[in-house]
This record gives sequence, C-alpha cells and structure tokens, in this order.
Amino acid sequence: MQTTFSVTAGDFTKAGTASSQIKRMLKQLGVPQHTIKRIIVALFEAEVNVIAHSFGGEVQCEVTPEKVFVRVVDTGPGIPNLSLAMKEGWSTASEQVREMGYGAGMGLPNIKKSADILEIDTAANNHTDIRMTFYLNGDNQ
Amino acid sequence: MMKLSEVIDVIDGKVLCCTDLLDKEVKFGFSSDLMSDVLTLRDDDILLITGLANVQSVRTAELSDINAIVLVRNKVATQAMIDMATDADIMIITTKHSMFKASGLLFGKGLSPIY
Ligand SMILES: Nc1ncnc2c1ncn2[C@@H]1O[C@H](COP(=O)(O)OP(=O)(O)O)[C@@H](O)[C@H]1O
Ligand SMILES: [Mg+2]
Repeated sequence: MQTTFSVTAGDFTKAGTASSQIKRMLKQLGVPQHTIKRIIVALFEAEVNVIAHSFGGEVQCEVTPEKVFVRVVDTGPGIPNLSLAMKEGWSTASEQVREMGYGAGMGLPNIKKSADILEIDTAANNHTDIRMTFYLNGDNQ
Repeated sequence: MMKLSEVIDVIDGKVLCCTDLLDKEVKFGFSSDLMSDVLTLRDDDILLITGLANVQSVRTAELSDINAIVLVRNKVATQAMIDMATDADIMIITTKHSMFKASGLLFGKGLSPIY
C-alpha cells in the first residue's frame, strides 16, 4: 500500500492535510493507535517544515505488514548544518511561523524521538530528503 | 478523569461544536500556545488549553488524538476552525478566563498536569 501527497510551500492553511489523510489510511489499515500517533506527529512536523522552510515537496507513505515507511522530500534550499538543526531549540523560523504555533526548534528532535529509524539527506542548495521507518511489532515508546 | 460537561461547568465555558462529546472524559490538562510542544505529548485523554485561535490548534489536536480544546480569553473561533473540529470530532469550548485562571480552576478540580 503506497500513497503520495504534494505539499505547497508557505500555505499554512493546508498544513497537516497530508498528515491527516495518511492518519485516516493508517486507521483503516488497523495500525495500533499509539504507533499511529508517533508516525503522525513525526510526519506532521516534517510536513510543517516543508511548508515553513522549503520551496515545496511531497510526502510518501508505504505500509507493509512489518513497517510503515514515510518519506518527506522537498526541492530545496536544504539544511546547511544538519547537526545544528537537530538541536532542540535551534530554529530559523520566521515570526509568521511562530505565530502559527511552530518554529520553536522542536520538530526535528521530535521526529528523531518518534521514528525507529531516521535517515536525512540534505545539504545547502540541495533538497532535504527525510526517511522514517516505524516498526509495527513493538512500539519504541 | 473529568467529563467535558464538568470542564465546561468549572470554567464557565461555552461549547461551539461537538456537543455529543459532553460525556467524554479527560485525564490531563496541557496549557500551551506552542503546537510543537503539544506534539511531543504521548499521553491519552488530554484537554488542550490554548490562546491560539487558528486552524493550527485544531489540526494539532486532530493529529495528536486530542478530543477537546479550550480557547481562553474569549478568543473567537473562525468558521474554518469549527468546520475542521466538527469533521474531526473535537469539541471547542470558549471561556472568558485567562489561560492561567482556566488552568488553575481545572487543576483545583483534579485535572492532572502532564509534567
Ligand atoms: N525541509 C527543510 N528545508 C530547509 N530547512 C529545514 C527543513 N526542515 C528543517 N529545516 C531547518 O532546520 C531548523 C530546525 O527545524 P525544526 O527542528 O523542525 O524546528 P523549527 O521548524 O521549529 O524551526 C529549521 O529552523 C530550519 O532552519
Ligand atoms: Mg519544524
């Protein structure tokens, strides 16, 4: 089972639509509620990052009996210093993003905490490609 | 655990949508305008108390399995918020009290803090 949603840069009124649809799909597939919750909070933070920090991108989700694989990939501008960006509290978010209730530098750390496996490919002037794996047997919480 | 009907009583609240959830119970209260902070919570049965009157608070509640939002200081919920909340089965309650007072009243009646 695989699905893809595109995410438009800057459009906060639609923030969470992709996450919301994927949540519905995971529910229908019978994924346990606590696993859905950690998948969806990680996905939502990544979706908000695409809207807040990138030129736009897409969300892909693939479900197999063993795991849920989520990929969030955008078209740039990339993250120049990833280890800094992973730090709790580090943020380049605009005032507008903060008024929306995001932009506290908590997204990437929460993604890391939520996913069983997290892989990020990014560089300055490149795309950001975030791949998260969540195992369906045994919750990491 | 506290029924939403009791929450409404305690903070002298007004319900904007999903009145069918009046018997639903919440265990924890969490007061924040910071949605990224709400997204770190892993507990169930949370009541979100916030001054953030935009669709982001409703979306965050939906995605983190929160069934009720208290909007403090008589913040006005937009129609888009009410539509999204109705769709996601989330009760929106408004109160004239500040976030501090609403939280204090609910804490005093036994709603648990998360931290
Ligand atoms: N998709 C992305 N494209 C470009 N930069 C990003 C992206 N995601 C995150 N970043 C950078 O990493 C920082 C930290 O991200 P995050 O932890 O989600 O915090 P926040 O979004 O609140 O700033 C952001 O402020 C931004 O500088
Ligand atoms: Mg973020």
